[in-house]
Amino acid sequence: MKISFQVNGQLREIEAPPMKRLLDVLREDLRLTGTKEGCGEGECGACSVMVAGEVVNSCLVPVCQVQGCQILTVEALARDGRLDPLQQAFLECGGAQCGICTPGMLIAARALLDANPHPTREEIKEAIAGNLCRCTGYIKIIDAIEQAASRA
Amino acid sequence: MVVGQNVLRQEGYEKLTGAARYVDDIVLDRMLYGKTIRSQIARGRIKSITFDPAYDWSRIVIADHRDIPGQNYVALIENDQPLLAASEIRHCEEPILLIAAESKAEVEEAARHIRIEYEELPPVLTIEEALCGAQIIYGTDNLFKQFLIARGDVEEGFRQADRIIEGEYRVPHQEQLYIEPQGMIAIPGDGKMTIMGSMQCPYYVHKALKPIFNLSDEQVIVIQTTTGGGFGGKEEYPSMIAAHAALLAYKARRPVKLIYDRAEDIAATTKRHPGIIRHRTGVRRDGRLVASEIEIVLDGGAYVTLTPVVLSRGAIHALGPYRCDNIRITARAVATNTPPNGAFRGFGAPQVTFAYEMQMEKIAAELGLDPLQVRRINMLREGDITATGQRLVWSVGSEEVLNAAVERSDYLNKRRLIAAQNEEASRQRSQQKRRGLGLSFFFHGAGFTGSGEAKMKAQAGVEITPEGRARILSAATEIGQGTRTIFCQIVAAELGVSFDEVEIEEPDTSRVPDSGPTVASRTCMIVGRVVQLAAREVKEKLLRFVAERYGAPEVKLLEGEFIAAGRRLAGLGEMAREYIAQHGELRAYARYASPPGIEWDEETYAGDAYPVYSWGADVAEVEIDLDTYEVTVLKITTAQDVGRAIHPILAAGQIEGGTLQAVGYGLLEELVWDRGRIVNNRLTNYLIPTSLDAPEIETIIVEKEYPYGPFGAKGVGELPMDGAAPAIAAAVFNATGVLVTEIPLTPERLLVALEKAEGR
Repeated sequence: MKISFQVNGQLREIEAPPMKRLLDVLREDLRLTGTKEGCGEGECGACSVMVAGEVVNSCLVPVCQVQGCQILTVEALARDGRLDPLQQAFLECGGAQCGICTPGMLIAARALLDANPHPTREEIKEAIAGNLCRCTGYIKIIDAIEQAASRA
Repeated sequence: MVVGQNVLRQEGYEKLTGAARYVDDIVLDRMLYGKTIRSQIARGRIKSITFDPAYDWSRIVIADHRDIPGQNYVALIENDQPLLAASEIRHCEEPILLIAAESKAEVEEAARHIRIEYEELPPVLTIEEALCGAQIIYGTDNLFKQFLIARGDVEEGFRQADRIIEGEYRVPHQEQLYIEPQGMIAIPGDGKMTIMGSMQCPYYVHKALKPIFNLSDEQVIVIQTTTGGGFGGKEEYPSMIAAHAALLAYKARRPVKLIYDRAEDIAATTKRHPGIIRHRTGVRRDGRLVASEIEIVLDGGAYVTLTPVVLSRGAIHALGPYRCDNIRITARAVATNTPPNGAFRGFGAPQVTFAYEMQMEKIAAELGLDPLQVRRINMLREGDITATGQRLVWSVGSEEVLNAAVERSDYLNKRRLIAAQNEEASRQRSQQKRRGLGLSFFFHGAGFTGSGEAKMKAQAGVEITPEGRARILSAATEIGQGTRTIFCQIVAAELGVSFDEVEIEEPDTSRVPDSGPTVASRTCMIVGRVVQLAAREVKEKLLRFVAERYGAPEVKLLEGEFIAAGRRLAGLGEMAREYIAQHGELRAYARYASPPGIEWDEETYAGDAYPVYSWGADVAEVEIDLDTYEVTVLKITTAQDVGRAIHPILAAGQIEGGTLQAVGYGLLEELVWDRGRIVNNRLTNYLIPTSLDAPEIETIIVEKEYPYGPFGAKGVGELPMDGAAPAIAAAVFNATGVLVTEIPLTPERLLVALEKAEGR
């Protein structure tokens, strides 16, 4: 089946089985490997991307559902080799350790700040509750999102 | 100085932009996808393997034990674990066959057309079953290993005691649950085998591959890819996966990728050893310990793997950071027909820490003393002797951490306040929430146990490139904890150059020396020290060269410039180029040597078990809902003595992350078993803490410098894993008056414990 959608502002057209996971389309067909697979069943959030402004687990989305949609992945955040403020805050605060949850975490954080530019710590915790991190204890991730919000 | 500063993580940019290449992000030409076919039974023999004749097998590469060109074992301590089962099956999920195909979908489909029949034998599934000996599955008594640590006269100690207090404590399996599942790529060719993948210990993989393929040191090349968490889970098991991928690649003569999905990863790979720990303690009325008898039994699983060293660390830490002159610690590890248990952050210490800290709570309660007082009166201080007879001569932050955690958390006032609140809540029958505050006090020996480091003699190097940049050569891996960053800081500080002028070689066994594995809280303290010594050596080489070149006796290297008598002689790059032109290269290697006076007796298990210890104290505040029996951890205040924090944010990151992993251990994480198989091998039903389960964590870093660590640093990786579970259980005890002796403290377990206490 032929499917077209926008990824990080670029129109992409691919030929894929309709039930192929969006995660695999991004990673295999489009070689956007920043989006990670941690569990394959929507529990860990490592594969989080934005579809039409909403955070989704791309391992649970069949590609046929994103026909015509705008998709945002971690690769869109930095521009011309410069980190965006959220990434910069993660770097400064120690919000990334092993890094495997980081792309999904950044997407969840981006979506939060788009909807709520000055969230409380509780609101941040709520927004990243679907993104598991085993390294940080979440403290420095929350610190980073708070710092990015305070600088915006 | 760059040490002590929060420089930006060395590989941070790649991780934040999604550019970092983890093993599953790598796709090679002609690469096949592999899969492991595993045992469905816990114990028995393979009767037959049937390949569905209706399926087209011509497209599938199949390998079994007969395809192994060399030895069929995964080299570790005992070499008893086969790479592929030949006939005998000793645990569920034991690897039997390997297959590979052009795509993941095809290999999955092929796997469904293989049928294995077994002749089943009765399995041994628990510690109790192993000890009863009805079925013997290892040696003559099902014991992998036993240790005895004895000092003083225990019987005499018990005679001097005012009270003898006994307790039995149980600790569960725990899954490391790194978010990046295990995976490897093997690339054959030119008589060599190259491995790329997610791992903590490239030289473990290297050592394991050689006998399997009859290859020399140079013919096996192991390269670590960006690794998405390890926690011990990627210490020994990656050797198995690498060898599986390599066997398929060897047979197919093509690169093979072998990536586990989450279900396979949880079901098949190693876990933290579960255990039963019994304490019998003789105490005086004031709480002083006069005799301590401790019995530890750990479940090692089906093969020896790392169990003896986990057990030995557990035994050495079993008395805790406390003084007692009369002790007998017996430690045994049993074999069961479950997947081998292995390395997990803490490595035997979290198990025994839960037990000794619960025992301290019990002693305090039975003597009517404050638990803090019982810790204080027994605490090891500088000059004191540990369980193995080690005199603590340096860097003992015991009092500082306990005082810091107690003061910062306002422990004493808060305990009083909470008692009053709980009393008020009991009077108002509608109020079903209770609070509790509990503490734990713990220590962790950094580096290998006993003479391990003296035997290993870890090696690392530093070279100066013709551009005048320093490059670190080490097999210590970055697994999120910050190895790359802190090593660059150590070398920058030692050479007196800026952080940006130091780079680090990828861990690749063809390019870096064997620094030992990235385990045991040894990366900063042991390997970091060796890196520092190598930097010092390379600097001295260059200083001698410059002194000769300019005829200047006293040359210094300051901020990349050579200075003599206040005059600039030359820049680092310029001199490095000249040196390299004359000598070919500018590089120095150093090896680890134990600090003076460190002695360990392997036979009697006595002496200096570790060169130094890190110290910690946690205070946990919990709220318990008496309707649902849910425990919420509101806050943990933790003080940890790490010698010197090379990078305070990274050190705090270790402490916070380890503390939350220990919250999971204490409250949430529980594997459910059915006849030797893990039933909840999914993230849907094996629960780890989310951001909503994470308490506020206040971290206090205490720095009692260790004279033989790099800039005073000691180990930090494992220490935080030891303290949170007992602190939470102590807080639950404070809230409910019930000491729960088994973790995790799930609502179900708490319900049973409270009802039992009420005599229902």
